[in-house]
Amino acid sequence: MTRGEIVAGCLAPHPPHLVYAENPPQNEPTAEGGWEQLRWGYERLRDSLSDIDYDVIVVLSPHWQTYVGTHFLGLPHFKNLSVDPVFPNLFRYNYDLNIDVDLSKQICDKAKDAGLTVKMMNNPDFRIDYGTITTGHMFNPKWDKPMVVISSNRSSAYYSVDVMQEMMMELGKATRDAILDSGKKAVVLASNSLSHRHFTTESEVPEDMSKEHITSHAMHLWDMRMIEYMRTGQSQRIIDEMPEFTEQAIAESDGGGFTWLLSTLDIPTYPAILHGYGTIIGTGNAIVEWPVYKHKEGEK
Amino acid sequence: MSSGELIDSFVVPVHPHTVLAPEKNEGWGRLRQAYDLAAKRIEESGADLLIIYSTTWPSIIGHQIQADPNPEWVMVDHDFHDLGSINYSFNIDADFAHAWNKSNKERGLQSRTVAYKGFPIDVGSVVALTLLNPDNKIPAVIVSSNVYSNRSETTVLAKACLDVIKSTGRKAVAVTAMSLSNRMFTENIDPKDDKIHSLKDDEWNRKILEFLNEGRLEDVSQLSRTIHRQIRVQKVVTFKPMWWLSAMNENRNNLTGEVLAYEALNGAGGAVVHLNPTPSGVGDKEYDEDDVEVFAGERGVLDTHLESDETNDHNQPSKNTNQGPELWDPTEAEGSVNTDSAPKPVGAYPHARKVGDLIYLSGVGPRQPGTNAIPGGPIHDSSGAPLEYDIKAQTQAVIDNITRILEEAGSSINNVLDVTSFLIDMDRDFAGYNEVWAETLGKVGPTRTTLAIRALPTPIAVEMKVIAKA
Repeated sequence: MTRGEIVAGCLAPHPPHLVYAENPPQNEPTAEGGWEQLRWGYERLRDSLSDIDYDVIVVLSPHWQTYVGTHFLGLPHFKNLSVDPVFPNLFRYNYDLNIDVDLSKQICDKAKDAGLTVKMMNNPDFRIDYGTITTGHMFNPKWDKPMVVISSNRSSAYYSVDVMQEMMMELGKATRDAILDSGKKAVVLASNSLSHRHFTTESEVPEDMSKEHITSHAMHLWDMRMIEYMRTGQSQRIIDEMPEFTEQAIAESDGGGFTWLLSTLDIPTYPAILHGYGTIIGTGNAIVEWPVYKHKEGEK
Repeated sequence: MSSGELIDSFVVPVHPHTVLAPEKNEGWGRLRQAYDLAAKRIEESGADLLIIYSTTWPSIIGHQIQADPNPEWVMVDHDFHDLGSINYSFNIDADFAHAWNKSNKERGLQSRTVAYKGFPIDVGSVVALTLLNPDNKIPAVIVSSNVYSNRSETTVLAKACLDVIKSTGRKAVAVTAMSLSNRMFTENIDPKDDKIHSLKDDEWNRKILEFLNEGRLEDVSQLSRTIHRQIRVQKVVTFKPMWWLSAMNENRNNLTGEVLAYEALNGAGGAVVHLNPTPSGVGDKEYDEDDVEVFAGERGVLDTHLESDETNDHNQPSKNTNQGPELWDPTEAEGSVNTDSAPKPVGAYPHARKVGDLIYLSGVGPRQPGTNAIPGGPIHDSSGAPLEYDIKAQTQAVIDNITRILEEAGSSINNVLDVTSFLIDMDRDFAGYNEVWAETLGKVGPTRTTLAIRALPTPIAVEMKVIAKA
């Protein structure tokens, strides 16, 4: 069998505001626009990969939070309404997506072999979290690729960021090995923001961009530091500084997705492409692509 | 209409096991029996409203209140999806929800109602309403738990709710859907092997339940931060429900309590507790913090305030170039001592006042004269997010400011007689503050009292009130 391949990895944040501002037919509320820097960043990401062939999208979302191990969607099809419990005024999305169950099971099995606690999710009534839906929509609005959806194990809360990193490094390796063994071409997405301190108030018109800014200068500095590491291929430094970043920027990297992504990409040493950065209710969000297809094994 | 009142309170667990799998573990079964007993008591109480504060419904933009009269859907737990699905169809009192929302806003809270088809009612609320109100006889209302809210905000949330209960003549039951210790096993376990995750968690849970069994709800509320540090995993929402429930009971310590069950739920501590307002227990009200009526938190955080350099009228507040309240010119009266070498006051008062042989100083903090900067850094940013700060630098700056004020009065730091110090975090800061004290005022030898308080008007950690010889 042909060896599988990871063609790209992306930081693909999920604030529902982005879907809201796009006004897709699947979402009920309507907006005047807003957060264009990020939405156009997603456009650039889609354009960047438009000529790249791949079979499956693998996503880890911090809003499917599991405390007993890491879980994987295990049924071939999910169709339902996703309402964001935090921003229901912005996000009420009718989704219809397919799962690559074979690859899900392969990653699950590899992770189990690596010593991680895992579980397949086989309940047909399960509603997909809005993080997965938002990232899925912004990355692939046609929904024409099957997905593998991985939960966010909250080991950073139970133990520490260091333990989380150890577990996510293993999960990343398992993901990588399973993809390579599967013979499939995959894009891997970490659905998370960078700094993650929200405003606790909302403007009357949620898309009023005159109210949008980073919560604090310290958060901005951390976000720029991390982005600079990404732009210059210093993934190991991101891993090394992840505990401080996660704590001091209240970063959404606590969900493990960022570490998992870098591990899945084998800690890339080549520059990532920044497609966009912007704030959403005070949180810092970057859309970043690691163009793996340009860097063959051994040439990273 | 007669005035409404809170007639009962309950603490109930959030995990779906009591609905979906009570037969798989004896403890889960006992929790289910306790749930059923609580439901019977609520029905017999004549309650006409159930109010659920759920820790599994986190919110960011203030608090959210469910206002869909009949939310219906299927709930599947994110972790325990293999136990099955729970179909729900609830009877929500939308009028009360809207009235509570209005009351919240009148008390300064950020608040909104939600009424959207398919809104995902959280697992804690679904479990609580399914078991406590199985026939939907009693209309209910559900409120979220805000991720960032502090005790003041949570207390005001309860007071706003009580306003509406009283004004609408309702007989209400308050329910907190919550775990005690919330550390679950992180590996899959056989249901028959379930137990509290650790002996330490079990001991803390039993101490909490001992208090509740004696009706000492406010004592548990006061211990909330300690409990959180000791036995809570930092999930989305911290151990806030006891703040809300105690405020709903007017911060009393003499309720009539009864623990109906306490068991493990995949390692976490689950309990059903009944708290009746009939006076009993061991003590009366022992409220330890400001009894806040109106929340004045992070309003205006979305707006950018431009700095101003205009000259200010005497005794009028000036624009503040740092976070915190507006600054004032010090007031003048007989014996007043004021100096440009000390930070501007945050109200209409002098830096000090000389009476006979004594000088009384207003509370002195570490802010720097002119710049208003805080040596050692502020304790939080403009949005309220905590920041690291240096208590030693702040303490030294306080003493420097005291020195300047006393020198302006013709006295000196060596004439200080008595000091009352205020720290906003005694556990964190006492040692550093004490170290600087020993090297400075400790060598002068004034009497000293050190108090822990909840907050100071500016983002500082220490303030001193001084009496000195002229």
